[in-house]
Amino acid sequence: MTTTQPHPKTSPLIELSGIAKTFVVRRRVGRLRRTRAEVHAVSDLSFTVSRGEMVGYIGPNGAGKSTTIKMLTGILVPSAGLLRVAGIEPSRERIQLARRIGVVFGQRTTLWWDLPLRDSFGLLRRIYKIPPARYRENLDRFVDLLDLGPLLDVPVRQLSLGQRMRGDITAALLHDPEVLYLDEPTIGLDIVSKARVREFLREVNAGQGTTVLLTTHDLTDIEQLCSRVMVIDHGRLMYDGDLDGLHSLGDSERTLVVDLAEPLPAIEVDGGRVVRVDGPRQWLAFPAAASAAPLVAAIADRYPLADLSIQEPAIEAVIARMYAEGVAS
Amino acid sequence: MVDALRAYGWIITMWVRSTMAYRASFLMLTFGQFFGTGLDFVTIFIMFVHTDELGGFTLPEVGFIYATSGVAIGMADLLLGSIERIGQRIRDGSVDVMLVRPVSAFVQAAADRFALRRLGRILQSTAVLVWSLTVLDIHWTWDRVLLVPIMLICGTVIFCSVFVLGAAFQFAASDAAQVANAFTYGGNFLTQYPPTIFAKDLIKAATFAIPLAFVNWMPALHILDRADPLGLPKAFQFASPIAAAAITLVAGLAWRAGIRSYRSTGS
Amino acid sequence: MMVYAAIASRTFRRYATYRAATAAGVFTNSVFGFIMAFTYIALWHARPQLGGYDVADAVTYVWLGQSLLAPAALFGGGFQDEFSERIRSGDVAIDLYRPVDLQSWWLASDLGRAAFQFLGRGILPTFFGALAFDLTLPPRPGTWLAFLCAVFLGVVVSFGIRYLVCLTAFWLMDSTGVQQVAGFCGMFFSGMVLPLTVFPGWLGDVSLLLPWAACLQVPVDVFLGKHEGVQLLQTLGFQAIWAVVLLLAGRALSSLATRKVVVQGG
Repeated sequence: MTTTQPHPKTSPLIELSGIAKTFVVRRRVGRLRRTRAEVHAVSDLSFTVSRGEMVGYIGPNGAGKSTTIKMLTGILVPSAGLLRVAGIEPSRERIQLARRIGVVFGQRTTLWWDLPLRDSFGLLRRIYKIPPARYRENLDRFVDLLDLGPLLDVPVRQLSLGQRMRGDITAALLHDPEVLYLDEPTIGLDIVSKARVREFLREVNAGQGTTVLLTTHDLTDIEQLCSRVMVIDHGRLMYDGDLDGLHSLGDSERTLVVDLAEPLPAIEVDGGRVVRVDGPRQWLAFPAAASAAPLVAAIADRYPLADLSIQEPAIEAVIARMYAEGVAS
Repeated sequence: MVDALRAYGWIITMWVRSTMAYRASFLMLTFGQFFGTGLDFVTIFIMFVHTDELGGFTLPEVGFIYATSGVAIGMADLLLGSIERIGQRIRDGSVDVMLVRPVSAFVQAAADRFALRRLGRILQSTAVLVWSLTVLDIHWTWDRVLLVPIMLICGTVIFCSVFVLGAAFQFAASDAAQVANAFTYGGNFLTQYPPTIFAKDLIKAATFAIPLAFVNWMPALHILDRADPLGLPKAFQFASPIAAAAITLVAGLAWRAGIRSYRSTGS
Repeated sequence: MMVYAAIASRTFRRYATYRAATAAGVFTNSVFGFIMAFTYIALWHARPQLGGYDVADAVTYVWLGQSLLAPAALFGGGFQDEFSERIRSGDVAIDLYRPVDLQSWWLASDLGRAAFQFLGRGILPTFFGALAFDLTLPPRPGTWLAFLCAVFLGVVVSFGIRYLVCLTAFWLMDSTGVQQVAGFCGMFFSGMVLPLTVFPGWLGDVSLLLPWAACLQVPVDVFLGKHEGVQLLQTLGFQAIWAVVLLLAGRALSSLATRKVVVQGG
């Protein structure tokens, strides 16, 4: 189901191989008892991003997007797999990496809530040890591009969401990071602000060669910015390629779920392959373009079939939802 | 380490500058702290309207004990008291923001919202300390003289560690921040009074479990030339630096464990 | 009336969801109770019958203080943070156009909070105290009932004070200072740090007449059976008078504030 686009063969800036993140969740059962359950936020995730790329990273809520970003930035330690950003293992050398990356969280600010933008930026200059000349130059440029001039002396808490986002993006770029991660940078913004943020990101990517990885719910972000899109669902990479490729996903697979009268070894049948067995229930993948009827007939012929259902590819649901939102905004 | 201290310096400088933009408000809050925390001493003073001795200690002696505890927690509160807000920061996700900056999260959490108004408590306690030292008839020997600054420093370190332990606990239970208060402000309350008024078990807990007794009780017993209610060896009265080092180590490990669990669970 | 009951029960349930915070509060109140009990025992050993209390009375005073600290919001808190924030942000202008009375709305909300905290945070500390120390417990059910009345009136008085404090935010850029002073007054003049009957001379006489006395000193004295018969009614009347005076003052100041909002547009 995963298609891989050929990427330019420069050394990858971001490299993930077999990355997994498992959380242990304790749930209350009844009044006092609790059970432990493992939640696989990300499983076996592998991809690379080359220097200068601008990649959209999409998927439904809870798909593992934020978890991935948190691992890439060194906030979260992966449970398994190999992860390198600019040759650094994020979770081990978080502080060294921090100087080379920029992060924008759409839902919360990285600025100091009670301080004017100017003070926040000044403190970041110190913290990131940005040479004064470089700082002035960058700040002037961003103030100009993002029209921040009148906002510099306003405390962050008094800024509108769009204004704050412009401040946040500036804060993330002052130290000339090699990679910029944006987690929902356009969430909650009005159309004008969205357009402005997109324009700016394009400029930074093209002008500076800054590598950008952004998560979004807004397909327009992807259409206007990213040459490459990765789709994640249930913690797995479902698609990695260009946007057009998403449209021609007709050759993906559907899943036939069959309930047998008793637990049996994996069904062997032409036109479908078992991907999962759980007691009497089995999951068979078959080409989405093919009809399910011959497959069902073949199984019913040779196995004690009790019940069945067909699952559409999860990716279709994701894209359908994304398009619905894309049209709406 | 140098980097961390520098970053701490920059962050607190910025907060001080931003505080000074509202000078009147700053002065009012500092006075508020001065008088507000001073009410604790007013309470003790009122007690002494009715009695000459509390647990065998006179007002100036209790004042000395009160003030040394007050300076210590005041300093700790000033230096890293903001760390007690870490539970709030875990809940609103801003710990993530700290973890993507090239400065240790500890420094950021400690320096966050550095509040110079907390000088109010330190000034108030210092005033009581100076008063008690002028009134008290202490037989000053070189070891007693030396013990005063040592106890203030060790007391500060011990309270800093208690603050950090409280913060580390919030990684496990982010909405039970109040538990930490029982040990920070509760510890301060405990060490405002002479040890002789408390049950032996409570003194033991404050000596061997959480070494609050080394903030001021132990050295004060030597300075004021009093018998130890537990009858512990004299060496305990000089052991504040060891107690401070031990609890600092434990607090450091607890904080690291807290951060590690955050980074493996994200909550 | 139904509206206000609904508001109160909603706040009650909201506070009931903060389980960990409630448990943590009980723990902290209990720790302070233990430490404070020993300081009182030392004082009452030196001066038996001080302020008309014996040692058991004094220790009971400590534990009731810890139990009522949160419900009576002596140090501030409760609806205060939310209300101040709405004034600061200007959202209060929206509240003024609601078909419910602003003051009654917040009073209902605060009573819901107090009711939960009385049950959730009030009972356990005194229970723990009773396990470790000899406490004076009312022998008659009537005294328990009178105590509950006194606690209720005390919460209303506390609300009246805190409501006025919040309203200062209409005129002051930053009311943190006022809140701080009010918090310390609440601790000191309620009798939280030391019974007001122990305060020396005129300080004692005056503080017994101030509204804060109604929040803690009075309920505890009722519990300890210091007021009986007619005197009990007088004491509850003292609380009721302060409650009415403060609520009326709050109304007057609200309407002044409202005029300011209407004239200046927030």
